[in-house]
Amino acid sequence: MAHRIIILGAGTGGTLTANRLRREYGTDEATITVVDQDDQHVYQPGLLFVPFGLTRADDIVRPRHEQLHDGIGYHQSPIDRVDLDADTVHLGDGAELGYDLLVVATGAALVPEETEGLTGPGWGETVNTFYTLDGAKGLEQSLAHFEGGRLVINIVDMPIKCPVAPLEFAFLADWFFQDRKMRDRVEITYVTPLDAAFTKPVAAARLGGMLEERGIELVTEFNTGEVDGTGGRLVSYDEREVPFDLAVIIPLHGGQPYVGRSPGLGDELDFVPTDPNTLQTAARPNIFALGDATNVPASKAGSVTHFEGEVLVGNIVRFLAGETLDGSYDGHANCFIETGFGKAMLIDFNYDQEPVPGHFPSTVGMPLLKESRLNHLGKLMFQWFYWHALLPGRDIPGVGADMPTAGKQLS
Amino acid sequence: MPTKTVAGVTVDVNDEGFFTDPSQWTEEMAPELAREEGIDSLTDPHWTVIRFMRKEQAEKGTGPTVRGLGKTSGVTVKELYQLFPKGPAKIAARVSGIPKPRGCI
Ligand SMILES: Cc1cc2nc3c(=O)[nH]c(=O)nc-3n(C[C@H](O)[C@H](O)[C@H](O)COP(=O)(O)OP(=O)(O)OC[C@H]3O[C@@H](n4cnc5c(N)ncnc54)[C@H](O)[C@@H]3O)c2cc1C
Repeated sequence: MAHRIIILGAGTGGTLTANRLRREYGTDEATITVVDQDDQHVYQPGLLFVPFGLTRADDIVRPRHEQLHDGIGYHQSPIDRVDLDADTVHLGDGAELGYDLLVVATGAALVPEETEGLTGPGWGETVNTFYTLDGAKGLEQSLAHFEGGRLVINIVDMPIKCPVAPLEFAFLADWFFQDRKMRDRVEITYVTPLDAAFTKPVAAARLGGMLEERGIELVTEFNTGEVDGTGGRLVSYDEREVPFDLAVIIPLHGGQPYVGRSPGLGDELDFVPTDPNTLQTAARPNIFALGDATNVPASKAGSVTHFEGEVLVGNIVRFLAGETLDGSYDGHANCFIETGFGKAMLIDFNYDQEPVPGHFPSTVGMPLLKESRLNHLGKLMFQWFYWHALLPGRDIPGVGADMPTAGKQLS
Repeated sequence: MPTKTVAGVTVDVNDEGFFTDPSQWTEEMAPELAREEGIDSLTDPHWTVIRFMRKEQAEKGTGPTVRGLGKTSGVTVKELYQLFPKGPAKIAARVSGIPKPRGCI
């Protein structure tokens, strides 16, 4: 009998997994069904550019079902819950889908309502986020009409998707207001719960220096307890305050609520405990997970999801053949950091190796942890790769799941 | 590896003062560890958190994040900051004698 494979989520991870699995199995060997609640696939890295008028919102959205290859079923409905004991997914439209193998690829949810005041007065106006399409569009208006004052960028708490994106927003804001000849009228403050600009020491020092060079104030170890839209201030749990005229907030992230409604599947934040190397979940041997939905200690990034996909599909094939899993993901992440003025930096790292200077993928290539025009072009090209290589599930030549060490300055 | 003496007993710690072996901790050590963090006396809610930290460490191999604590310990995040000012996850981990939680970077 054909294996029944159900994939939850048709974002980055679900789409690339479905397309890779379809190539592994003939239609008589496996049925593949993907479930998502809507048909709008957003290229999320593009959200960063919308507020600055560098990308139009319409240009980063495509229909989800068109990214799935022939022979893959697409079922549009909210997921209600998974019954682990019965190997069945219950959907919001009443359908029940039985599976032999389940892939969880439902990403992370934003939970702004968990922060006091955040969705109160001013939300969507003087308090906003570029982590959603509507928010990014709203910020485009706010920035275009900003007459000067205090712009604050705040991460409420980790984990968040693409931990470098808020820094990129700060760098682009500096460029944007310089370009408009009004930088002297704007105070930019970067407020983070971390003890430095970024999580990893070498990159944190470099990125912190870049904030300083640009006259962006850095406030660290700030645990936002309340966002007061009316009074225009962030208040931390230890009662420090940061005033703002416009607050760009990265809200708390969690897993998806349906995970919480599926006993045994998730942790207290609704992320799915997953083996960091094999990508099999702790919940059941026939449930695998990838991307932002998991609790693996890697960045929540599209590049991570892509590298995970390569390993995950190999392990699914082994699992369904009754073999032991031997594919191993090393935590490889690769992120471009847009720094403004047509330049960008690149960082490449994994579970054990923090980002360091050098070149990628080898001794010749893109400079690491250093601003360059080449990296900016890389960042722009990534959008093309996303739709044409990453989602179709092709390996990108020279860029594999294992992190390369050849070009890195390792101590 | 650095060591320190708490309640007359020598224990292993890392260079930031976190216990490396939770089994070396005893309840008698908690008041002294708390005083080092500026907490003069341990109340019932402090003990609720300490016991919760120990349980999480034993079950999951790491202490919880502040958010995790707020969701599952029965003590709200606001109260946690009153009980263990300046970073409840880290301070409570030190007092509870568990390694530095992986979530706090
Ligand atoms: C502003 C921003 C900038 C970013 N920049 C970069 C970057 O430069 N480089 C990079 O590598 N990554 C970047 N990322 C991160 C990247 O977009 C994500 O890590 C990646 O998309 C994760 O893929 P995923 O499949 O796990 O989740 P997603 O792509 O988010 O897909 C999850 C899917 O599950 C569906 N779903 C969830 N719950 C349900 C439900 N109950 N019922 C039905 N369907 C459901 C959703 O509709 C969604 O389609 C950025 C993210 C943001 C927000």
